[in-house]
Amino acid sequence: MMKTKTVKRPASSSAPRSGKLWQLRLYVAGQTPKSLTAFVNLKKICENHLKGRYHIEVIDLVEQPQLSRGDQILAIPTLVRKLPVPVRKIIGDLSDTDRVLVGLDLRPAD
Amino acid sequence: MKTNGYKPTSPSACLPKCPTGVQGLDEITGGGLPRGRPTLVCGGAGCGKTLFAAEFLVRGAAQFGEPGVFMSFEETEAELKANVASLGFDLSGLVRHKKILLEHIHIERSEIHETGEYDLEGLFVRLNLAIDSIGAKRVVLDTLEALFAGLPNEAILRAELRRLFRWLKDKRVTAVITAERGREQLTRHGLEEYVSDCVILLDHRVHDQIATRHLRVVKYRGALHGTNEFPFLIGDEGISVLPITSLGLTHKVTSGRISTGIPRLDAMLGGRGFFRGSSILLTGTPGTGKTIISTCFARAAARRGERVLFFSFEESPDQIIRNTRSIGMHLEPLVRRGLLRFHAARPTLYGLEMHLATMFKEIAAFQPHVVIMDPITSLMVAGTDSETKGMVTRLIDYLKGGQITSLFTSLTHGGHALQQSEIAMSSLMDAWMLLQDFEGNGERNRVLYVIKARGMAHSNQIREFLISDRGIDLVDAYIGPSGVLTGAAQVAQTAREKAEVLASKQEAARRRRELKRKRAALEQQIVGLRSEHEANDMELRQIDEQVGTQTRLLTTGRTELGRLRQADVSLAAGARGNHQPKGGK
Repeated sequence: MMKTKTVKRPASSSAPRSGKLWQLRLYVAGQTPKSLTAFVNLKKICENHLKGRYHIEVIDLVEQPQLSRGDQILAIPTLVRKLPVPVRKIIGDLSDTDRVLVGLDLRPAD
Repeated sequence: MKTNGYKPTSPSACLPKCPTGVQGLDEITGGGLPRGRPTLVCGGAGCGKTLFAAEFLVRGAAQFGEPGVFMSFEETEAELKANVASLGFDLSGLVRHKKILLEHIHIERSEIHETGEYDLEGLFVRLNLAIDSIGAKRVVLDTLEALFAGLPNEAILRAELRRLFRWLKDKRVTAVITAERGREQLTRHGLEEYVSDCVILLDHRVHDQIATRHLRVVKYRGALHGTNEFPFLIGDEGISVLPITSLGLTHKVTSGRISTGIPRLDAMLGGRGFFRGSSILLTGTPGTGKTIISTCFARAAARRGERVLFFSFEESPDQIIRNTRSIGMHLEPLVRRGLLRFHAARPTLYGLEMHLATMFKEIAAFQPHVVIMDPITSLMVAGTDSETKGMVTRLIDYLKGGQITSLFTSLTHGGHALQQSEIAMSSLMDAWMLLQDFEGNGERNRVLYVIKARGMAHSNQIREFLISDRGIDLVDAYIGPSGVLTGAAQVAQTAREKAEVLASKQEAARRRRELKRKRAALEQQIVGLRSEHEANDMELRQIDEQVGTQTRLLTTGRTELGRLRQADVSLAAGARGNHQPKGGK
C-alpha cells in the first residue's frame, strides 16, 4: 500500500452526508518502520472515529522532496490535517492514540 | 597575538579553508572557516549572528562562486532580504540568479502535537533538495535553536541534530549554524557539543554606555587561529573584524622628510623635520599649545600642496579656524582649495570601533598625506586604555601602510606623572614631543622638547615656545644652576648676563691699561738701565785704555832705560819684559 506515492482512501459510499470530509496527509520518508507504524496507526484511528469521511494522502518525501515545503515538514512522520481547518500537525508514529485524537480535535484535551 | 595563529603550512597538511570574505576574519582564521564542515556561530541577541551568516553566504556566492542555502527558522525570506539589503547586499539578485536559495522554515509549537516516535527527516529532505537544486557549497542554518522551542522532545532533537551535523559533513558543505548564547555555556542548548570543528563567539558589550561588538574564535579544530577577542563592526559594507596585529610590521618606509612648519622645530629634528610616513605624538598639559602646533603642521603641509585630514574631537572646524587666525594663520583658503579637511566628531558619539571605521573611510576617501588627530586621548573616554591602544595601533598600521604622516596630540593631566599615561601609546610612535608649562615669577611659560625621534639626530634641548600674533617661534630657554628659566625670568637672566659681561669687559680693559702702563714704566726703566750699562761699559773701556797706555809708557820707558844702560836688549826684552810691568805696578 505504500508503494504508491499517494494512497487514496476515498470516503466509502456509506459516509454520512452531514459529516465533513476529513482530508489528512501523512508525510513519510521512505518505508521506514516508523512510517509504516504511523500509517497503520492512522488507519486504525480513522476507521474507528472517522469511518467513511476521511481521505488519507501519503506523501513520500524521498520521492517528492519538493512537497516538503508546502506544509513546512520537519519531522517524519508528520500527519497534517488539511481539512477541516485549522490546519493541525501531528508528529510521530501516532502510537499514542489519545494524543492523536486530541491533536486531531476528535477529543477535547483533558 | 603575535601571529594571529596564522602559519602558512603546506596545503596538504593544512585543513582546507573556505574564505568568508568577511574583512579581517579570514586573517584571524588563517583563510576562513573549515571547508566542508559545520561552524557554530553563537552570541546574544543583536550581536550580528544572522548578518554574519548572511554575509558568509552572500560573499560566497558573489565573490567565490559558491552558491549557498540560507535556511531560516526565524525570519521569512522577505524579512531576510530587507535586512540584508540595508547593508548593501543584493540578496534578491543572487536569489534570482539561483546563487542563493532562501528557505524559511516555520515552526509553530501550538500547531504541533507529538504522538510517539519521529525524526527530522523532513528537514534533511528539504535541506537536501535545497542544496542539490542550486549545487550549494555553503549552508546557513539560522537558528537551529528555534527547533528546541518548536519541538518538545529534546532527546529526539539532540539525536537528530547530531545526525544533521554528520550529514552536513557528508554532504561536504561548509555550514554556518547560529545559536543563541547560553548563560553558562556557549549556546543555550549546548549545540557546541555537536559542532566540534569551529566555534565563533560574537559578543556585544556595553562599556561606559558605549557598545562594542567583539568576535572570538573559541575553537578551530585542526588549525591555529587567533584566540583573542577582536572588535568588529557592522558598517554599510557588512561586517569588518579588525585584528590588531593583522598588518604586521612590514610597511615600507621612506627617508623623505616633512617640515613641521616651525623652522626652529625642524632645526631641532636634524634640520629637516619628521620622517614622512612616521607617527608623531605630541603630549602636553592643557593649554600648552598642542592644537596650535598641529594646525601649524597641517598648514605647512597644505601649503606645500599636500592633502591634510584633521580629525578634531574637541573643537569644531570653525573654532579651530578662528583660533588659528588669532595667531596669524589663515586656514580658510586651504580648506577652500580642498587641501585641508576637518572631520569633527564627539568622542562619545559612538564606540571606538565605529570611530576607527569612520576614520578609515574618511582616509580612504580623501587620500591624505598627513593625518592629524586632536586629541587622541579624547577617544579614551570611548573605550578602555587597552582598547584605545589597540585602536591606535591599527590606525597607525593603516596610516603607515599608506605612508601617511600622522600627528596625534595627547592631553596629559597636570602633575608629576606627566609621561606616565602616555607610555602605552608612546611606544607606538616614531617621534614624541612634549609640551610643558613652567610656572614661576608670576607667569606661566611653555616649553617644548623632543623626547624621542627615531632614526634622526635630534636636539636634546628644552626650547621655550612662544605663541604670538605672528605665529609660533621657539627661543632658547635659559638653563642654569637654578633650573630652566623662561619668559620674563629668562629675559631678566639674559639682561643680567649682559651686564655681567659688560662689567667683566670693563674690568679687563682696566687691567689691560694698567698692565700697559706698567710695561711702559718697565721699558723706561730698561732704557735707563741700558744707558747706565752703556756708560759703565764706556768707563770700563776708558780705564782699560788708560791702563794700557800707562803700561806701554812704562815699558817703553824701561826699554829706553835699558838701552841707555846698554843691557842685553834681546834677553831683557824677552825674559823680563813681561814681568817688568807687574813688578813695576
